[in-house]
This record gives sequence, C-alpha cells and structure tokens, in this order.
Amino acid sequence: MPVTASPLTVDLHRTRLANGLRVLLVPDPATPVVGVAVHVDVGFRSEPEGRTGFAHLFEHLMFQGSESLGKLAHFRHVQGSGGLFNGSTHQDYTDYFQVLPAAAFERALFLEADRLRAPKLTEENLRNQVDVVKEEIRLNVLNRPYGGFPWILLPPVLYDTFPNAHNGYGDFSELEQASLDDAAAFFDTYYAPANAQLTVLGPIDVDAALALVEKHFGDIPARPVPPPRSFGEPPPAGERRRAVPDAHAPLPALAVGYRLPDPAADLDGYLGHALLGSVLGDGEAARLQRRLVHADGLVTDVSAGAGLMGPLDARDPDTFTITAVHPASVDADRVLAAVDDELDRLAADGPSAEELARLVARWSSGLHRQNDRVMWRMLGLGARELLYGRAEITAELPERLTAVTPHRVRTAAAALRSGGRAVLRVEPTTREQA
Amino acid sequence: MTAVRQAHRSAEEIGRTPAGPRPLPPLGATREVPLPDVAERTLPSGLRVLVAHRPGVPLAELRLRVPFAGPSATADPVHAATAELLAETLLTGTPTRDRVGIDDALAAVGGDLGVNVDPERLQLGGSALVEGLPVVLGVLGEVLTAATHPDAEVARERDRLVERIAVARAQPDTIAREALQRRRFGDHPLALETPAAEAVAGVPAEDVRALQAAALVPGGSTLVVVGDVDPAAVLAEVEASLGGWTADGTARELTAPPAPRAEDLLLVHRPGSVQSQLRLSAPALRREDPRYAAFQLANLVFGGYFSSRWMENIREDKGYTYGAHSGIERIPGGALLGVETDVASDVTAAALLETRYELGRLGAVPPTVAEVDAARRYAVGSLLISLDSHGGLATMIGSLAAEGLDLDWLREHPARLEAVTVEQVADVALEFFAPTAFTGVVVGDADVMGAGVRALGGVVGP
Repeated sequence: MPVTASPLTVDLHRTRLANGLRVLLVPDPATPVVGVAVHVDVGFRSEPEGRTGFAHLFEHLMFQGSESLGKLAHFRHVQGSGGLFNGSTHQDYTDYFQVLPAAAFERALFLEADRLRAPKLTEENLRNQVDVVKEEIRLNVLNRPYGGFPWILLPPVLYDTFPNAHNGYGDFSELEQASLDDAAAFFDTYYAPANAQLTVLGPIDVDAALALVEKHFGDIPARPVPPPRSFGEPPPAGERRRAVPDAHAPLPALAVGYRLPDPAADLDGYLGHALLGSVLGDGEAARLQRRLVHADGLVTDVSAGAGLMGPLDARDPDTFTITAVHPASVDADRVLAAVDDELDRLAADGPSAEELARLVARWSSGLHRQNDRVMWRMLGLGARELLYGRAEITAELPERLTAVTPHRVRTAAAALRSGGRAVLRVEPTTREQA
Repeated sequence: MTAVRQAHRSAEEIGRTPAGPRPLPPLGATREVPLPDVAERTLPSGLRVLVAHRPGVPLAELRLRVPFAGPSATADPVHAATAELLAETLLTGTPTRDRVGIDDALAAVGGDLGVNVDPERLQLGGSALVEGLPVVLGVLGEVLTAATHPDAEVARERDRLVERIAVARAQPDTIAREALQRRRFGDHPLALETPAAEAVAGVPAEDVRALQAAALVPGGSTLVVVGDVDPAAVLAEVEASLGGWTADGTARELTAPPAPRAEDLLLVHRPGSVQSQLRLSAPALRREDPRYAAFQLANLVFGGYFSSRWMENIREDKGYTYGAHSGIERIPGGALLGVETDVASDVTAAALLETRYELGRLGAVPPTVAEVDAARRYAVGSLLISLDSHGGLATMIGSLAAEGLDLDWLREHPARLEAVTVEQVADVALEFFAPTAFTGVVVGDADVMGAGVRALGGVVGP
C-alpha cells in the first residue's frame, strides 16, 4: 500500500503595515538561517505593449543601488554577511529574496526596504543592465537548442491577447528602447508598498521581528495601487498550430498547450489537472512514458504538467503543457495521436486509485524536499500568499492532493480532450557545418 | 509606451527621501550550528555506510558512490558507452520486477532513484518518505545484485541514448566542456565524459551485464543516508538489504591524470554561434592541503561569487556577460581551477582581455583586508546554507568521504578560514592565478571573433 501523505506544519503570522505592505512572518526555531523575500504584484503580463521584457529588466535595475546603497552594495552586503540573493520575474509577480545566517536578519530587512523605498535608477545602470539581460537571453534562448521551449514559444499559439501571448524575456529592439522614464513610471505604478508582500522565515521571535519590519519598512510612504486587472480571455476553440525553425536543435520537438481551471476559483479542479500531469508524465510507470517512449518508441523524452512556470505559480489564465522531443523519422501527428489516445483512455476509465495514491506519495515527498530548504519554503509561501491570499495552500497541499479522486483526474483528461489547444512544433533547420 | 500613463515621479525624485541615506545595521550574534554525528559501519562486503540523523522534514536521502573507472589507462570509448548504457538500464529489470514494477514500488513510498555515471564513478541518488526507506533500500539491493538489463530495454535505451547524445552535443556548454576536457586531459579517461553515439550503438546487452558483474561492486564504495532517521536502525536495514551485495575485489579507482600544463588557449569554431564560451583552467589545491582555505578565499575574490572582481568587471561594469564564475574542481590526485563565462561574440576578445587582466591583478594587486573578510564571511555563511537540507548534508558527507575526509574537517573549517591572513591569500593568488598558468578553450563563431581573439596572443586554432 502506498504511504499516506503527512501534513506540513507551518506557523503563519500575517499583518499589514499602515502603508499597506503585507507581512507574513513564519518562525522556524530549527534552522540557523533566515530568509527574507519581497514579492511584488507585477509580472511580465503587466508590462506595456512596445516594452516586452520590461518587468524582467526592471527586476535587474532593483539590484543596482538605492538611496543608502551604491551600485554594487546590495550584492556585497548580502554575500559579505554570508548570504545569497536572487530575484525572478514570473507571469504575475516578481520576487526578490535573500537567505543569510540569522545574525544578518536586520541587515536583510534594511537592504530590501531601502530599494523598495528609494531605488537609484540611472541611465548608466539601465544601459549596463540592458546589455546584461541581452546576454541572459543569448545564453538561455538564442545560442542553444530549444531555447524558450515551451515558455516563450507556446503562449503566442494558445493566447490572443498581448499580456498572455507575448515574450516575457522581450525583444532586443524593445529592450534597447527602454528609457529611464519608463523605469520611473513602472516603479511608481507597481512598486507601491501596498502592492507588495514581505515574507520572513527563520529562527525569529514574531514580535521582535515585526518591530524590525516596522522600523525599516514602516516609513515608506503609502501610494495608490493599480486596480486589480484580469488577464482572462476566452479559451481557444479548436486546435491552433504553429511551427518554428531552430538552427541549433538536432531533433524535432512538440509542445501541446491547454487551458487550466482558475486555481483561485477551483483549486481542486486545478489539482486534478496537476495530478493528471503526473499520471501522464511522472516516472517510468506514467502513461505517456510507457506508451510513447517504450511501447511505441515514438519519442526520446516526454513530460507533462500544470503551469507554464510550475504549478500554482500564476493566476488565471495558465497553461497545461505536454512536451516531447522525438526523432525526425517520427511524424508529429503520430505523437499527437498517441497522446490523444492515452487521454481518451483516461477520460473513459480514469487512473486507478492505487496509481493515483502512488503519485500523491511522490508529490508529497517532493513537497517535503522543497520545504526542507528555507529558500524554497519561503518563496512558495510568499508566492501563494501574494497570488491567492493563502499561504496555507503550501501546508494543505499534501492533504488536498490526497483528496483528489480518480474521477477528478478523469474529468481533467476529458476537459483536455474537449477544449481547444495549441500545438507547437520545433523544426530543426539545416545549417552550414564547418 | 502606448499605455496611458499616470503622473509619476522622475527617477531622480524616486531615488531620494527627506531623511536621506541610512546606516547599515550591524550583524547580530552568530548561532553555532552543531553538525550531526555520523554513524559508520563497513559491511563484510567492503561497502562503507555513513548515516546521519537530521531532524526536519520526514524524508531520507541516500547517495551511493561506486568508483567506476575502466581498465584502460587511456580514454576507452567502449567502456564509456557501456557504462552509460548500464546506468540507463540499471532500473529496468530484475528477476521479479520490470521497469514499471520497480518504479511503482518506489513511488508507493514517495521514493525516487536515479543513476548517473562519469569517467570516475557511478552514483545512485535517491530519497523517500522516511517510513519508506526500507523499501528504497530493498529496491537498491535488488538492482545491485540482480539487475537483468533485459535485451529489449538495452535496445530501446541504446536508441534513446543516441538521440539524447545528439541533443547534448548541440548545447554550447557541452561542446565547450568536451573541448576543455580534451585540452586538459588529452587521451586520459577524464577527457571522455559523453560517449560517442557510434560507440553506444555497438554495445550488446551481454556486455552491459558483464560490466555490472565486474565493476558494480561494494568494495571501495560508499553509501550515505541522511534524514529524520534512527542511525542504528538504518544501519541494520542497510545490512539486511545490501548484505547480499558481495563480490571479489574492489571497485576500480581512476588513475590520476598528468597535471594539465599551461599552454595557449585553443580556439574552437562553432558556426552561427551568437555567444562564445571562455573556459580557462589551471592547477588548484585540494581540501586537505594546508593552504586550501587561503586558496578558497583567493578564488572567491577573483570570481567565485557575485561580489568578485571578475564578475563586477565584466558584468556589472562592462555588460559583457550574464554570468562569470570560477570554481575548484576535484580530480583524481589533485584539483583544478575552472574559470568560465559566456559572452556575446563581438566582445569575446574584450572579455578575454579583461579576464587575463583580473587574473594578473589578483597577484599584482592582492586582495585587501576588506575583500578577504567579505569572502571569509561568505565562505562560512554559504557553507551553513548549503547544509540546511537533508540532501545538502548527504551530498556533502559523500563528497568529503570521496576525498578521505569527514564532518570533522567541516567542523574545523570555519576556524581555518578565520585564521587565513591577507598575506597567505596574496601568496596563493600570485602562485596559482597568474594568467600564464592557464590552459583552456574559446568556443564560438571564429569568423566573427577569431581575429580579435588571436590578436591578443596565446591563442591557437582555426
């Protein structure tokens, strides 16, 4: 019998400062390190037309100094205190975080508060970071096979509106046109304290920590926040297809994109899709592994899952994806037909209860592994609090996944088969060889 | 921008407040972190078992390292291909379970097992919900003693491996790594990390089974388990599950390669590349060397972390790269320094010039007290953070064991870092970071960047 999922325990304390900043304090006396994260309620879906990639570029600018800190000071102070830092830009949020020895807790709050209050936005730093971001895009997209597959390539096939369809890394020409005034407008519009969420996790005393938060963030003046914006658009009717050439790829690849239920309105329906992803692609016993990789020998590798950038990482609308890399001798339509056949079986019969229980056990240990590290636990709590107003989802996930029935997974498979979808093919192009 | 824009402050107004700049808060008191005791037993088979209890999430992590060098003193394409296929098919069949049965058994306890192999060792890594650890150990024992590598599985994995190798070889990072390994190690086995597709295509299933019988043996191997577990109980479980894994002889350690000699960088042409990979390397020191801590700090100041001279120069000042990193890589009999960055084709020569400049400057203008202190705090703090998970601790114990060290080395390391003087860092910088000490490769579109790079000197190739 599969092992049953054990719950996670997290002790959540939330409050809101007078300027509107939301604060989530999570004491954990067992760890010697402390994590501090600021999640801002703006991602690449909110960037204006003509400025693709701006939310991510702006994330880079937030590391370039602030009123009390010179250009390189943030990096130096975090690392010189024994810590690590990073930031990342997603569909609906941008996060900034540090993990340090607990002795540096107040310093971390100071560093985050200083840039949320008064970042130093300069022309010189803007030009420098445009260059750095272009190198990031060359590294991750332009100079490698399958660059941006599927997160940049699939959305323009599945979605019609600019926020959902455009490239969040940005076009070089639009990055180059970004101005200092764009940056000032973006900061004033979206980086108001009431549009942000501070998360602290570590061996803290809640009252003492809250006093320090108030000391460093409390005098950031309140500013209006942009009204909540829906990025909803009608799901596609029927199938949409596109092929893109890839000069670096040795084998063709295929991505199929579907719409997901809104996790805020129908979390259990969303989790049904997440588990469908596991039934299809997680491990050697998964349906698509068995059929496509082994029984039919159609593909080299296959994967499936909920969320363009991971599960529960965006508001509605988000994407369920199936991706495969396959030999050129196999026609993409044969791969697609086998995928449809497996989805039809699941829509008719569902997974077995045992099959589902095994996958839930694997999810459960995966969640525990993520939550073992202060950094991932903090980022998961902060993102769910910001996106859905419920950090508790992180703690509840093992039990909620356990409660997902085979019928719900069956329903998810049927939804994929009856709704519209996007099919993206990556086609190797012949290239002059030296 | 096309969006209607609200009135907003200017960039200059945003960057200042009436109160003005504020002072940086001091650091608080440092918490001591006790590292766990490690229970140890060497089974009669020669397998060394290390178990540590770490409270926290209800998981157990395991790492099994088997030295896995081939019999030849030079790179052997057939051994490399056979070893890779063995790794791919180890979990695909036993007399009682097929591929799906093995995975179902693991999944039922939230478990995973993965296999990877390189010229030096084969490693099995895994984890499970803590109550499922005996199940994972049982599967582990079963595949180590009775994996059948079924003909059909070997045939299918052979085809997949050929396809995967094609995909890997299209990655600029893999291309650069292969070129660097050949440059550093010539025909030593270390040079051959990814087998040739043709060699893989010719490996029969019986050769995979023969390699398992001959080489996948417990003597000289090490198993590490870390988690919220009772070490004595885990030792008993390991003994029950893996006691039957026995063999004559011990696992084969890889011979030490000759130390790479300083020489010109080799230019490797990759047509159509929009970036170039700079990969430089020179001798370094191992953990047990008395000057290791000084070397570690010199490396951090040069390029070992974001706040390093090299990163601040070529990224934050010049915008040539997204990332630049230098690090210490352990090899049999020694250690090497790796200096790695990817830069746009049109600034390749400029980035190489700045790289050599920073290498030379580390000796000529040695790290200051402030630079050494920042690196020291980072070295201690990042160690603390890296050990803050079951998996991090398991990997660390395994990596120390492979070097003949244990957690005592780690317990004492902060004190060693504290004791390093700026003079010791300066000495190491001068001796090991001189640009003339390096070999390496520059991979990219030589039609675009070749002339500029060659003009700097110390570069050979097309």
